[in-house]
Amino acid sequence: MKRNDEVAGLTDQHDELEKLDPKVEEALNNFKRSVHTWSEAMVSRPRSAHELVVKKVWKLAAGWALGGVLIAGAVSGGVFQQHHQQELARIAAAREAEHQRQLAAERALEEEELLARVDSDISRQVPRAMEPLASLMTDDEIQ
Amino acid sequence: MTKAPADEIAAQDFATVVARHRAQIFRFLLASTRDVDLAETLTQDCFLKAHRNWSNFRGDSTAMTWLMRIAINLQKDQWRNRRLQFWRQTRTNSVDVDEASDWLPSGERTAEQQMLAREQVGHVWRAVETLSERQRTVFLLRFVEDLELKEIAEATGLSEGTVKAHLSRALGRVRTELGEKK
Repeated sequence: MKRNDEVAGLTDQHDELEKLDPKVEEALNNFKRSVHTWSEAMVSRPRSAHELVVKKVWKLAAGWALGGVLIAGAVSGGVFQQHHQQELARIAAAREAEHQRQLAAERALEEEELLARVDSDISRQVPRAMEPLASLMTDDEIQ
Repeated sequence: MTKAPADEIAAQDFATVVARHRAQIFRFLLASTRDVDLAETLTQDCFLKAHRNWSNFRGDSTAMTWLMRIAINLQKDQWRNRRLQFWRQTRTNSVDVDEASDWLPSGERTAEQQMLAREQVGHVWRAVETLSERQRTVFLLRFVEDLELKEIAEATGLSEGTVKAHLSRALGRVRTELGEKK
């Protein structure tokens, strides 16, 4: 039964091929004539062996050039990447060094301030050595 | 009888086959690829392969369908080998549909008729572009090479029913492209 349906379907398709409507038929005829004209023109065109060789060599050269460009691109990309990483590492190292230098400077400043404070504290304690004498004085005497 | 004269006769036969069918094979390959250089290369390959196997040709089919089968297989091999697809893409010289539509026979037609024909050819090319490889092959063999369904089936290795189905679908595309309702 299924086989019969398939056969019937194919018969319909065959009928469809047999009776093309004029518009489609005209378009297909024009298409055929166009391809035939193109093909004949290409077959009969004068072509020297030199032209063929030049064309082949040109294609080969273009292929190799493109391949070369791709390889050069890949290599230079790798080199650039490496250089970029080195540059980043150098910048990071410089930043770290700068940071360490700033820390050292801050530390030095702090130490300097501490020393200054100690100096000032010590210099202020000198008059205090007179305090016991001052405490012996009465308020009237002070006034 | 020495072998040399037999070979000579075979060579003469083959030369006749080449002379008779070369243009048709080239035309089919040109329409399939729209690349003049590629069509020429494949045509040469086709006849080279045919020459190598000429002694095995038993005449079960016509020389033309036998050659066409070789050409179809070469064309398939050309595009199915994906490993070199990138290089093929960069090397392809396929002309576009509009350029292909410029080829019209110079006849007694008026300028208006020429323009109309050019437009129709463009529509058919655009429909052909959308076809699968098999559909395109079958379509070109039928409507450009005027082969019978049986010959197309022999050349493609498909059954006649499959050939009809492909042709039907291809025609459907052409109708759609021509703006015609089925």
